[in-house]
Amino acid sequence: MSKAVLEKLKSKFGAAVLETHSDFGDDTALVTSQSWKSVCEYLRDDATLDFDMFIDMCAVDYPTRLPRMEVVLHLYSTTRRHRVRLKTRVGDEDMDGAEVDSVTSVWSGANWFEREVYDLSGVTFRGHPDLRRILMYPEFQGHPLRKDYPAQKTQPLIEYRTEADAGVPLEKQAPFRADEGMSFGRMDWLHRNDEENPTALPKGVVRAIKPHEQNGNHDPRAEHAEPAQTLPTPNQKDVS
Amino acid sequence: MAPTNTLTLEGSEKGFATTRFDALLGWARKYSLFAYPFVTACCGMEFMALTSPRFDIARFGAEAPRFSPRQADLLWVVGTISQRQAPALRRIYEQMMEPKYVLAFGTCASCGGFYDNYTTVPGIDKVIPCDVYVPGCPPRPEAVLDGLMLLQDKIARGDRTPAIVKPRTDPVPGLVQLRRGDDQLTIDEREARMKAEKALRDLGRGIRHE
Amino acid sequence: MEPIDLELEEGELELPAEPMHLNMGPSHPAMHGTVRIVLELSGETIVKADVQIGYLHRGFEKMCERGTWAQVFPYVDRLNYVSPMLNNVGYALAVEKMCGIQVPDRCQWYRMALGELARISDHLTCTGAMAMELGAFTPFLWFVKAREMVWDILEEETGARLTHSFGRIGGMAAPPTKDFKELCHGALKQIIHIVEEGEKMLLKNRIFIDRLENVGIISGKDAVALSWTGPCLRASGVAYDVRKAHPYLKYDEVDFEVPVGKVGDTMDRFLVRLEEIRQSKRIIEQVLERMPDDGPVNVNDPRVILPEKRDVYTTIEATIQHFKLVMEGAKVPKGECYSYTEGGNGELGFYLVSDGSGTPYRVRIRPPCFPITAGLSKLITGNMLSDIVPTFGSLNMIGGECDH
Repeated sequence: MSKAVLEKLKSKFGAAVLETHSDFGDDTALVTSQSWKSVCEYLRDDATLDFDMFIDMCAVDYPTRLPRMEVVLHLYSTTRRHRVRLKTRVGDEDMDGAEVDSVTSVWSGANWFEREVYDLSGVTFRGHPDLRRILMYPEFQGHPLRKDYPAQKTQPLIEYRTEADAGVPLEKQAPFRADEGMSFGRMDWLHRNDEENPTALPKGVVRAIKPHEQNGNHDPRAEHAEPAQTLPTPNQKDVS
Repeated sequence: MAPTNTLTLEGSEKGFATTRFDALLGWARKYSLFAYPFVTACCGMEFMALTSPRFDIARFGAEAPRFSPRQADLLWVVGTISQRQAPALRRIYEQMMEPKYVLAFGTCASCGGFYDNYTTVPGIDKVIPCDVYVPGCPPRPEAVLDGLMLLQDKIARGDRTPAIVKPRTDPVPGLVQLRRGDDQLTIDEREARMKAEKALRDLGRGIRHE
Repeated sequence: MEPIDLELEEGELELPAEPMHLNMGPSHPAMHGTVRIVLELSGETIVKADVQIGYLHRGFEKMCERGTWAQVFPYVDRLNYVSPMLNNVGYALAVEKMCGIQVPDRCQWYRMALGELARISDHLTCTGAMAMELGAFTPFLWFVKAREMVWDILEEETGARLTHSFGRIGGMAAPPTKDFKELCHGALKQIIHIVEEGEKMLLKNRIFIDRLENVGIISGKDAVALSWTGPCLRASGVAYDVRKAHPYLKYDEVDFEVPVGKVGDTMDRFLVRLEEIRQSKRIIEQVLERMPDDGPVNVNDPRVILPEKRDVYTTIEATIQHFKLVMEGAKVPKGECYSYTEGGNGELGFYLVSDGSGTPYRVRIRPPCFPITAGLSKLITGNMLSDIVPTFGSLNMIGGECDH
C-alpha cells in the first residue's frame, strides 16, 4: 500500500498531523480537530489525491484517555482507487468541547453520517445544515454509543402495560440463564472505578460480572438452573 | 334446536347467543381474517414467503391485506418493534375495530429477541395485548401457519388467552426425515444411530455408560 | 361541452393549492423498510420531503460490544436480511484481515457461491417488490418462487432459510454438502427462466415503463457526491464494483461483467439488478466448476477455530482451546481495521476496533443503503407523490441495514 497519501498530508499540514500509521494495510492519519475541515478540503481538491467519495464516518469512545471521543472518517477516490482514514479526537470526560467542523460542504453525503455521530455519540458539528437525531427519537436523552451509557437502559415513549392490564404474566426470561452466555472476560464499565464496589479490581485488570450480580439481585432463575458443566475454570462459582 | 335468547353481535365471549350461533360466527370470522401486516424487519421476508404460493396463506382465508387498520381485524406484528416505533404500533392497534386479534410474528415481536438493549421493546405485549406468539428467528412459514391455525381455533372457541406456538414434536421418533438418506435406513440402523447419538450426548454431560 | 382533444394551456391546469403536509409511514405498504417520510405537498408535487429513519434501530453496534467476536455473526445476519450471507462473509473477512488469516481455497469458493446466491435472493426480492408495489402482483409471486429455490439451497447448506449465521472467523460453520453443486445447477437454470418470464411480463408493459422511465433521475456525479455505491450508483453510469475494483476472495479469478446504466433513473436501477442476477449466476457456475470437492474449509488455526468435538471430549488441550474460544472469544490483535466487500446494495464496510481481547471494542458497519436513503429526499423533491413508490422501491432500502 503506497504511503503517498500520508506523505502528502504530512508535508502539507505538518504539525496538524499528529500521528500516522498503516496497520493492517489501512492508511490512517490523526489530525487536530481545528484542521479537520481544511484537511478534508485538501484531500478532495488536490488533483493527485482526488478523494471524491465520502465512505463512512463514525465515532469511537475511549473514556480512559482524553480527549475521549475519536471521530473517524473514511474516504475513497473513485479515480485513483486509494483510501485513507482520518481521525480526530474531541471531548473531555463530560464531553464538553466535543465539537468539530462539519464536512457537509465538502461532501454532501456526509450529512446523515454526521447526524448519526451526533445522535449516538454526542459530537456536534459546526455548520451542519440540520443537526438533529436520526436513529433515536427526539425525546431520547443521552447518547447510546458512549461507553458509559448502559446498554439496557430504555427510555420508553409510551408506558408499558402492566400485568394488571394484561391479566397474564408479561415478564419473559432474558435469552440467557445465569450460567449461560459469556459472563467472563467483559469489563463492567459502570462500576470499574467504584470505591465501594467490593468487586472492583485494580486498574487494567478485567473481571467478569455475572448478569444477575449487576444489580445485586439474586437471579430467581438460578434456582432452576441445571448444575453447571464440569469444565475447568479457576473462578467457578456454584450456580444453584 | 334450542331457541336463541338475546343475540349480541359482539365478541363471542360476551354474547348470550347459543352455541350454534357462536360457532357460526366463529367459523365466519376465523376463515376471513383481514390482515394488517405491520412489517418491520427480517421476519417480513418470511411473511412474504408465507403469502406466496408455496406456503399459501390464502388457503386459510387470511391473505387479504388491508392497509388501513380500520378495515383489518388481524394485526400481524412482524419483526422487531423499536421504542421509536411503539407509539405507531399502539396507534394502529387502537384504530382497529373490535373484534381484533394480534399475532406476534417472530421472537422480536414476542419478547424482544436477542436485542436486549436501549432501543427495543421487549415484546409487543408491553404495548398492545397479543393473542398468539410465534417464536422463531425468523420462524419457518410452517410454524407461522401453525400459529394462524392456533389463532383460528381460539377465534372459533371465543378464547382470548394468549398462546405460544410450540414446535411440533414427532409422534413417532424418526418419522420425520431429518437427513438425506434417512429413508433408506432400516429400523435397526435407525435405532443404532439414535443410541450412538445419545451416548455421545451423555459423554458430553459426563454420564458414562459402562 | 368542450371537445376532449382540446389542447389546454399549462396555466389552465394549475389548480390553486395550499401546501399540504402528508405523513407516509412508518407503517406503510409501500415502505420497504420502515421509514417515515414527512411530505410537504403542493397539489401532487412534492415541495419538501423529510425522510426519517431509525424505526428499526436495534442497537447492533452496542450489542456487539457485549459478546465475543464470534457472537457478532447472528447480529450481522440481521443487518441486510435479504442477503445475510454477504454480511456474514463481509464481517468474517474483516476479522480475518485483522487476525492476518487467510482461509483455504475451498472456503473462499464456498463463500463466493453462497454470497452470490444471497445476492440473487436480494435482487429478486427488490425487483419483485418493486413490481408488486406498482400493481404487478404476478411477477412478485414468480420471483418469490425463485427466491424459495435459493433459500432451499441455503437451507440445505446452512440449516436456515434466512439469517443463517453460517460464517465463522477462519472458515464456515460446516463444509459444503455433497449435493451442493447439483442443487445449484438445477436451481440456477430455473431461476434464470423465471427471471426471463418476469422480464417478458414487465419490460414490454407500457404502464410499467412509463412509471419507471425518467423517474427519480440522479447523475453519476451527484451519486458519487452522495456516497452512493452498488447497483444504484452503477445505474447512474459509474462503474464502481468492489468485486472488480478491489477484488477479495477469488473474484479476480472469475469472469463476469458489471452492468452499468445510462440515465440513472428507476428503470435503470431495475434493469441493473436483473442483469446482476445473471452475472451472479455466471459467477456461481464458474465457482462450482473450480471448487474442490474435498479439503478443509476452516483454516487450521487454533486461535480462532473450534477444535473437533471428539478431541474436546478426549484431550485436555482441545478442551482448553474450546473453553477459551467460547468463554473469552478469539483474541484479535489490538488496533483498528476497515474491510469492505460488495454487499447487496453496495460497499458494505466493517470498521473494527480491537483492544486485544475476545470482546470487540467497537464494531461499526458502513451500511450501503444509509447514504442511498439520504439521497431519497433529493430524488423525490419536485416530482409527484406517486413517483415515490417506484423510486423508493428501486433504492432497496433495507431497514435492518440502514438503521443498524
